Amino acid sequence: MGKRIGMEVSIAAAEAVKQANVDVISAYPITPQTHVVEHLSEIVANGEMDAEFFCVESEHSALSVCVGSEATGARSFTCTSSQGLALMSEITYIVPPLRLPIVMILANRTLSAPLSIWNDHSDVMSIRDCGWIQYFCENGQEVYDHVFIAYRLGEDRDVLLPVIVNMDGFTLSHVIEPIELIEQEKIDKFLPPYKPIYTLHPDHPVTMGAFALPSIFAEAKKAQEVVIRSSIPKILEVWKAFGDMTGRYYSPIETYRAEDAETLLVTMGSFGETASVAVDKMREEGKSVGLIKIRLWRPFPLEAFKQAVRQAKQLVVIDRAVSVGGPGGPVASELRSAIYADDARPSVYDFVAGISGRDVAPSDYIQMVEKAEMEIREGNREGFEIYGVRE
Amino acid sequence: MTKPENEWTWKELTVGNVILEPGNASQYRTGDWKTLMPVLEKNLCIHCGLCYIYCPDMAYTLDAEGFFIADSFYCKGCGICAKECPTGAIKMVLEQEE
Repeated sequence: MGKRIGMEVSIAAAEAVKQANVDVISAYPITPQTHVVEHLSEIVANGEMDAEFFCVESEHSALSVCVGSEATGARSFTCTSSQGLALMSEITYIVPPLRLPIVMILANRTLSAPLSIWNDHSDVMSIRDCGWIQYFCENGQEVYDHVFIAYRLGEDRDVLLPVIVNMDGFTLSHVIEPIELIEQEKIDKFLPPYKPIYTLHPDHPVTMGAFALPSIFAEAKKAQEVVIRSSIPKILEVWKAFGDMTGRYYSPIETYRAEDAETLLVTMGSFGETASVAVDKMREEGKSVGLIKIRLWRPFPLEAFKQAVRQAKQLVVIDRAVSVGGPGGPVASELRSAIYADDARPSVYDFVAGISGRDVAPSDYIQMVEKAEMEIREGNREGFEIYGVRE
Repeated sequence: MTKPENEWTWKELTVGNVILEPGNASQYRTGDWKTLMPVLEKNLCIHCGLCYIYCPDMAYTLDAEGFFIADSFYCKGCGICAKECPTGAIKMVLEQEE
């Protein structure tokens, strides 16, 4: 077993990038991502890591540099948050069809306005459909682990897709946690050198990023869609290999005291930790409540999700972004679609909670469950509200 | 391209839609975008080559008699050559059905 030491999650994430033997790092500083790239720039400047660190003038350029370096076969990394992601968004859509397995840690932060530096998922939801594989991490250990998992998966020849590791800003990024570091020899074995199929090289000229006429664009999109959808077995395989190495086994949908539960809370990211405390309390009081944590957001693990909610009467979904003017929060809307064809589907009650980093305590989860159960009993089967707003 | 792009299935595309054949843009017919076609009046031509230099699509080539002639397979009919021609030897005329 590796050493277990207390460290800030951002520092652990940077150490993982170092251990993953990344060749190119390109980033522009933005709160709360800053500590990750600050630490990486120190590591590179101190000669502890054989990598190029590109200080660029914007996030748009940060990811553009990674596109170029990854296209030459260099393992590349970037990291951003919120407004930075918004500025980068043009390039985020370009990477997956080019099949460049760049890894990005996203220190999730609210999108302005009003201006806010705190944590929610409005940034990542703005690029939900960009085609990157997307993990949501519940704690610092998962962030550290998923850097290796992301590269191993993304660089697999059957996948070749970029991966976003979502890390809740401050709630995870700035918290000191005990992290079990993995020995370098193990990492080197788990993560072999990147062997791309095509690279930019003057000796073997190829064109990347060419334009497509309407007569072939749909074929290109279908190829992209098929590749991400069919990556689920490989995602499971990589998690299994990682579990065999470390003893930490991950799954697309994690359940907590969910068997036989009539009501299931559904969370993504760090909220899972607090929600599990609330579930324990409610179970002590004899309530039939469990928890579902979505770790894999793209590709959406449809079958695993359906399996996990099969016996529930109601889902209480905690969304952390508002789809303004839409049918509710982005997660709940998607979950409703996922189970729509099932005649015995549970009701889905949707709360948007904890936006812009507002605390959601165990007692809040209990209140949300009680409110949802009451509303559903009274016939409001598909409710939506922003929780805790002063009237 | 080994076959026209509207015959490719999604399974046949390369990973990342990479194009492996250098310079295959030359197979792409841009000539059917045009409505106006440059026509050279040879007795006014002084063989300066400005049409060849200015053409944004490299559609002009030198023929055996030393005249620069626009290839209608590539020429988009933008009219830059006619605008730049110092002797007014190039006229843009409505393309006729063949």
